[in-house]
Amino acid sequence: MRSEEKEPRLAASAGVSPTDHASPLTPHTSRSSNHRTLHVRVWRGTETGHYDDFDVPRLESQTVLDVVTHIQRKLDPTLSYRYACRVGMCGSCAMTVNGKARWTCRTHVSVVAEGDRLEIGPLHNLPVVKDLVTDMAPFFDKWAAAKGRFKGTATRHDGFARVPPQSPQRKLVDESIECIGCGVCYSSCDVVTWRPDYLGPAALTRAWTLVNDVRDVGQRERLAAVAGDAGCHACHTHTSCTERCPKGLSPTAGIAGLKRAVLAAALKGEL
Amino acid sequence: MRSWARDAVRNDFRARNHPAYWAFVVHRASGVALTLFLPLHFWALAQSLQGEARLESFLRWTDQPLVKLSEIGLVLLLAAHMAGGLRLLAIEFLPWRNRQKTLLAAAAAATFAFGLALLLNLT
Repeated sequence: MRSEEKEPRLAASAGVSPTDHASPLTPHTSRSSNHRTLHVRVWRGTETGHYDDFDVPRLESQTVLDVVTHIQRKLDPTLSYRYACRVGMCGSCAMTVNGKARWTCRTHVSVVAEGDRLEIGPLHNLPVVKDLVTDMAPFFDKWAAAKGRFKGTATRHDGFARVPPQSPQRKLVDESIECIGCGVCYSSCDVVTWRPDYLGPAALTRAWTLVNDVRDVGQRERLAAVAGDAGCHACHTHTSCTERCPKGLSPTAGIAGLKRAVLAAALKGEL
Repeated sequence: MRSWARDAVRNDFRARNHPAYWAFVVHRASGVALTLFLPLHFWALAQSLQGEARLESFLRWTDQPLVKLSEIGLVLLLAAHMAGGLRLLAIEFLPWRNRQKTLLAAAAAATFAFGLALLLNLT
C-alpha cells in the first residue's frame, strides 16, 4: 500500500484548502445562511469502523468537500481525506455522500443534504486506507488488465494522424473520453461487489475508447482481455454507473459496444 | 458521540434506488418466479396424458377465482420478463439512447397493457 507521504493526491494536510481560497465564507460571517448547522456523520476507520458526528456551520454555495475540509481544519485534524484540484478535473475527491458515490468538490450540500444531515463515507468496493481515503490501486490495476493503454506504431518522426472529427469512430471516442478516473462508477457497481475480479465500468469504458481509436494496433489483445468471464459480459446492466457518473458519461453504452465488438470478432474467428 | 457500524464498503438501498436498478430487480425476480412455475406447467400438461377425465377435473379446478387471479399474475410476470428482455436487447444491439428512463417507462407500460388485456378478456 502506498504511504501517505508518497501519494500526491493525499492532500488533506498539505497544499491549499478550499476554504483558504474562500476566506469570506469562513464560519460566523454574514454570508452563512441563517446560521444553520449541518449535522455530519463521517466514517472513521478502515473497512470496519464507526461514524463520528460533527456539527458544521452551513454556508451559502457550500460543497461537501468544503464540509470535510472544515472538519479537518477546525474540528478534528486526524481526519484523512483526499482531494487535489477542487474543480472537478482530477477525480480524487470522490466519496459516498448519503449513500451515493459522488465527486465532493462539485456536489453542493444544498442538493444532497437530507434536512440538515449529511453522511460521508469512503467509496465502496475499494480497500479503505483510513477514514475517507480509499486505495485506488485495484481500480487502476483493472484499467491495465483491460489493456487500457494506447498502443500505436507512429514515431516522433511521423506526422500527426488525421482522424476526421465527424467519423463514426471518432464520435464514439468523444462519448467516453472525458472520464476523469474518479471511481464513482466503480464504487456504484454492484457487479464489482458481487464479483471482485470484474473489470468494472471505468476500465471497460477506457477499453471501448481505445477500441474506437483508429490509430491503435492492440485491438485483438484488448478484445480478448475484455471478453473473459470478468469482462464486459459480466455486466448486469443495472446502469448504476451511468446513473452516478458525475461527467454524464454512459459506461453502460461502452460496455454494450464492447459486447458487440467481441461478438463480431468471435464470429470472424478473430478471438 | 459515536454510532457503530460494521461495514463501510458495500452499497445499500440508497445507492440502488433508481429506475434501471428496479428494472433489473423486476426482470430477475420475474425470471426466478417463472422458473419455479415451469414444473407446475409441465405437470398440468402431463394431466392430459392421464386421460380426459383427469384433464377435465384439473381444468375445472383452474376455474376458481383465486386461480384465475394467479393466472393474471403469471401473465404479468411473463410480460414483465419479456419487456425487460427486449429492453436489454435494445441496449445491447441498438444504438445507445440517453432516454433510458423513457424506455423503462415503455417496458413497464407494455407489461401492464398485457395484464390489462388479459383482465378485460377474462371479465
